[in-house]
Amino acid sequence: MSQIPAVLADAVVYASWLFVIAVGLTLIYGVMKILNIAHGSLYALGAYSAVTLAGGWLAKGYAPLGSYAMLALAALLVGLIAGPVIERGLLRFLYAKDEIVLVLVTYALFLILEDAIKLTWGVDPMFVAEPYALLGNFEIAGLTYPTYTLVLVAAAIVVGLALWWALGFTRSGKMLLAVIHDREMSAAMGVNVGLTYFVTFTIGAFLAALGGALTAPTISVVTGMGAEVIVTAFAVVVIGGLGSLGGAALGAVIVGLVRSAAVHYQPELELFSIYLVMAAVLIARPKGLFSGAEVRKI
Amino acid sequence: MSVHRTSVALVAAAGALLALGPVIPNWAVSLVNVSLGIGVVVLGMMVLMRTGLVSFGHGLYYCLGAYAAGLASNRFGAPDMLAMVAGGALAALLVSAVLGLLLAKYREIFFAMLSLAFSMILYGLLVKSADLGSTDGFNVHAKSIAGFAVEGDAHRLGVYSVIVITAALCALLLDAYLRSHRGRLAEAIRDNELRVEYMGASVFATVHLNYVISAVLAGVGGALMAIHIGHIDPEMTYWPQSGEFVFIGILSGTGSVFAPLLGSVVFETVRSYAYEKSPDTWQMVLGVTMLMVIVFLPGGLWSLASRLRGRPDSARTGG
Repeated sequence: MSQIPAVLADAVVYASWLFVIAVGLTLIYGVMKILNIAHGSLYALGAYSAVTLAGGWLAKGYAPLGSYAMLALAALLVGLIAGPVIERGLLRFLYAKDEIVLVLVTYALFLILEDAIKLTWGVDPMFVAEPYALLGNFEIAGLTYPTYTLVLVAAAIVVGLALWWALGFTRSGKMLLAVIHDREMSAAMGVNVGLTYFVTFTIGAFLAALGGALTAPTISVVTGMGAEVIVTAFAVVVIGGLGSLGGAALGAVIVGLVRSAAVHYQPELELFSIYLVMAAVLIARPKGLFSGAEVRKI
Repeated sequence: MSVHRTSVALVAAAGALLALGPVIPNWAVSLVNVSLGIGVVVLGMMVLMRTGLVSFGHGLYYCLGAYAAGLASNRFGAPDMLAMVAGGALAALLVSAVLGLLLAKYREIFFAMLSLAFSMILYGLLVKSADLGSTDGFNVHAKSIAGFAVEGDAHRLGVYSVIVITAALCALLLDAYLRSHRGRLAEAIRDNELRVEYMGASVFATVHLNYVISAVLAGVGGALMAIHIGHIDPEMTYWPQSGEFVFIGILSGTGSVFAPLLGSVVFETVRSYAYEKSPDTWQMVLGVTMLMVIVFLPGGLWSLASRLRGRPDSARTGG
């Protein structure tokens, strides 16, 4: 039997997951010009919080369906606490630094958060599989998939549409685009750039945590998961073009397809192929597939 | 030409370390080995940083150097430390000469990302190559130095001496290069590429050369670490390892070839101390240290030294 339907179905699931994580990363880069390595830690924080909250909920014997609300709550909590704390407490003092120095700042933050996670949750793997199994399975093109994967896909679509609407059709979204385009000019026109940064980072942190919270039921939550996810997310945003939302979607689809094809046809090439595509795109179009021409500034 | 002060100091320091070798305790030998092995890689980071570039993928050459050394000893029947170091340098030279042609056109975040992609390609290959031990890597045994077999205590002292001498040689050569005409172009390129071009120097050739130099240093460092640890695995090219090199580079500063070597000693000391005192929070200690350096000491530890001597920084890090 042809493997193509399976390849495509897996690609959709994987791409959805990647998109939720990568879109937050690219949003933060677009607005703040910070390539946030700590995004991986926020993802891990979301996953750990989800295990604690959903696990606690189920352990108390409440309605199992409520565990989904707990996943969302975990993401919200991480986004609303860690995001503002990091942006107000650290990053806002460093905006004047070089782009590459800011990457190092977030790397330091990544190291700090990794240990904070270990201190809070320990080093043993954690599980909360119930939300994954609860919805049962469904069949598509002769393949059986857990219905939970539809939650992931739906989340990606909702996040994508919400961002598209918010940026294109609301007043604050348009101000955000103005800040992306020219920070100084926007500030001169009266846009509160500081507030924009604050809100952007919080939303980005929430999206990272959401990715983690939604993934938590499907995997064993272990230390080091942040390091693994962030470098894949880098591949996604670099392929699409740093700072471009459409690019994040395209990058997620490309990486999803490449990985899924590799897993089905040549499993040993799984990681290799993703970064090969990343390198190839950087070589052919350094600013990513979704980039326009840029005015040269000397 | 008179002999430069730095060269004299380097030779003196290496001589002192060699003389101390037989008397210092094991932990100190190990600290020197690791610090200098990593220090050689950070020398490479320094060349790049002077050129205004930060690579998030130098683990690529570190790992290549280590695997070349490992294969030289295990597969090609050359378990000689000098042959292994030469193998590491050669592998890094060949790969970087080719990749450098691409990378020399990239700057800033794009340079960092493309280097990252290349290092992760190697990672992806290594974790899946069962022949090379996949994620476990394999053990490496260096059995001789320049043909003379070494065992037991002589082996310990031999590894130490090879590392000290290699690191000192790398620093000497690099120092001479950085003081040469082309070496001085690095900082000019960091400050303003266009002017360098207008004055008739080739930015591309200089960046390419500096990239290859930094890669060879990383390869040598990888080979030294393979000899010291006796084991290599794909984690050497995983991105946190590359991040660590950048970290030590920033911590050290780029003012002198001494900076990366000393910075590396400081880093390893802090790490082993933090690891021993609080095994659960050593990364946190490193992270906080790094933030403090970025905020309070943007020129790295070396800028502290020049400040104490009442001189302005001769070379700051970018940013």
